[in-house]
Amino acid sequence: MLAVCKHELRMYFQTLTAYVFGAFLLVVVGIGAMLYNLQAAVSNFEYVLSFSSLVFAVIVPILTMRTLAEERRQRTDQLLYSLPISTLQVILGKYLALLAVFLAPLCLIAVYPLVFAQFGEVYLPTSYGSLLAFFLLGAALLAVGLFLSSLTENQGFAAGLSVAVILFNYYSVTLSEYVTATAQASALALFVLAAGAGLLVKALTRSENLAIAVGLPLMAAVVIVYFLDAGLFEGLLPDIMSALSLFERLNVFVNGVFDLTAVVFYLSVAAFFLFLSVQSLEKRRYN
Amino acid sequence: MIEVEHLTKYYGSFLAVDDISFTIEDGHVYGFLGPNGAGKSTTMNIITGCLSATAGRVRIDGHDIYEEPDKAKRLIGYLPEHPPLYLNESPREYLRFVGEAKGLRGEELQRQIAEVVEKTGIAAVQNRRIAALSKGYRQRVGIAQALLGNPRVIILDEPTVGLDPLQIIEIRDLIRELGKTHTVIFSSHILSEVQAICDEILMIAKGRLAAFDTPENLEKELLARNELRLTTDAAPGELRALLAGVEAADTLTVESETPYTVASVRTKGADIYALSRAVFLAFAGSGHVLLELSLKKGTLEDVFIELTETPGKPGAPEAEEKEG
Repeated sequence: MLAVCKHELRMYFQTLTAYVFGAFLLVVVGIGAMLYNLQAAVSNFEYVLSFSSLVFAVIVPILTMRTLAEERRQRTDQLLYSLPISTLQVILGKYLALLAVFLAPLCLIAVYPLVFAQFGEVYLPTSYGSLLAFFLLGAALLAVGLFLSSLTENQGFAAGLSVAVILFNYYSVTLSEYVTATAQASALALFVLAAGAGLLVKALTRSENLAIAVGLPLMAAVVIVYFLDAGLFEGLLPDIMSALSLFERLNVFVNGVFDLTAVVFYLSVAAFFLFLSVQSLEKRRYN
Repeated sequence: MIEVEHLTKYYGSFLAVDDISFTIEDGHVYGFLGPNGAGKSTTMNIITGCLSATAGRVRIDGHDIYEEPDKAKRLIGYLPEHPPLYLNESPREYLRFVGEAKGLRGEELQRQIAEVVEKTGIAAVQNRRIAALSKGYRQRVGIAQALLGNPRVIILDEPTVGLDPLQIIEIRDLIRELGKTHTVIFSSHILSEVQAICDEILMIAKGRLAAFDTPENLEKELLARNELRLTTDAAPGELRALLAGVEAADTLTVESETPYTVASVRTKGADIYALSRAVFLAFAGSGHVLLELSLKKGTLEDVFIELTETPGKPGAPEAEEKEG
């Protein structure tokens, strides 16, 4: 696992990837700090982080797009399969390297509140609580990006997919306000999602039976529940959309609350997508 | 060393490997021979744990490749059909990563890298980018990678494909050299190559194990195919009468009649020279002469073609042989 991690780190730092990633993050946080802390003379550093969080839509794909897609294109995944290391170790090694590259500029950013504290009153717990949430948010998104990279051998496609998924997640709360909250709409959307889940399983396993086994019961469940008690679907879709938003939970920290459930949520999302990445790699061994 | 039992692999509904079983002993060079799409790569990928089998099991020195992948994989060095190289790295960096992944550390790692670099002759290019290396050198880097960790078995999938004749000779010499210290399995669809390097040949055709023997034995099997070709001034009828007295002569095929009779004789027995002698003696007192008498020996090529070709149905298309 450490060998994979070291190898990845060397690649990130040998190519421009790590530097582009760090520079992008620092520039955006720097602009935020200038706008909020310097020009508007607000002492809350957490606003800067909230402002900067959209940068993930750009920098996460930069970092994750080649992670697994490139292995597949260069056929070096064959090497990884034949080495005496497990798929889990490969994924964890790669993920650790991603976190390390992410942490490097964050260490610099962590100095900002201390600097500002020299010139005025800064409430440090909120600043650092938000910074932790910022890190966890990034960590969760990196896991999502890693998984998306395992789906294709085309880096560009992996990057595009990541941007789309992260942007959708970013705006999902805003979007949820425009989504009709009627029971029919929610039921229909869930029905389509269930079908989508079936298709995803088919794409991942190339097994039609398994896809049907996953998709059909879900679709049936939606239909049955709808006819039993349509009221359950009232406003369900907007609720789900905002509940799944990773970015929304950062704002809880920004507002000065250390939300333990959010920490657990971020860690679970990261673990879930790492698990999916392992499955995605394992499945390629089967066909 | 390697036990393969009832190995079967389906790609969807396409049967790529069909119930193959064999055992590989320590310390020989084995050749996997078969046309493209016969299931060579698939079999090798399964043995090395890169691909899962639909059915059957593979054990490396008693360790099942699925149940104890860690122990089993440590015993194997594998070079897949496309050398899995990180093109942006130098061979040295690449070998360091592979060595570390195989659990080598510190001085031992440095020592082994130096050793495989020397063995594969890549010292001159070890600090250049792999992307800038020729195909022959890339292949060598791939082999060097397989050698790290000093595995007991080296598995090479078509190591000479795409190389120029000189490089092919170099790689063959290298394989021969490796055969002295390791068990080597390599695949090829070039018969002469396998014949030249291997102690044992496994012929694979359409996913089945068609033959597993030494090159010499396989040739022996073919002795029955040996032919005696002769040209004589005797008419076909007279020739038939003459050979009726020759016990060893089994089948007679007349190929042309004018101006002289050209025919070929086959024998069921293994000894083609005994047949030759008997035919000569039969002619000696007959008043007819043998204008020409020659032996045509069966070659491994013939076995190969016979085993791998079924009339009317060419081998499965290569595209079906997917990578793991």
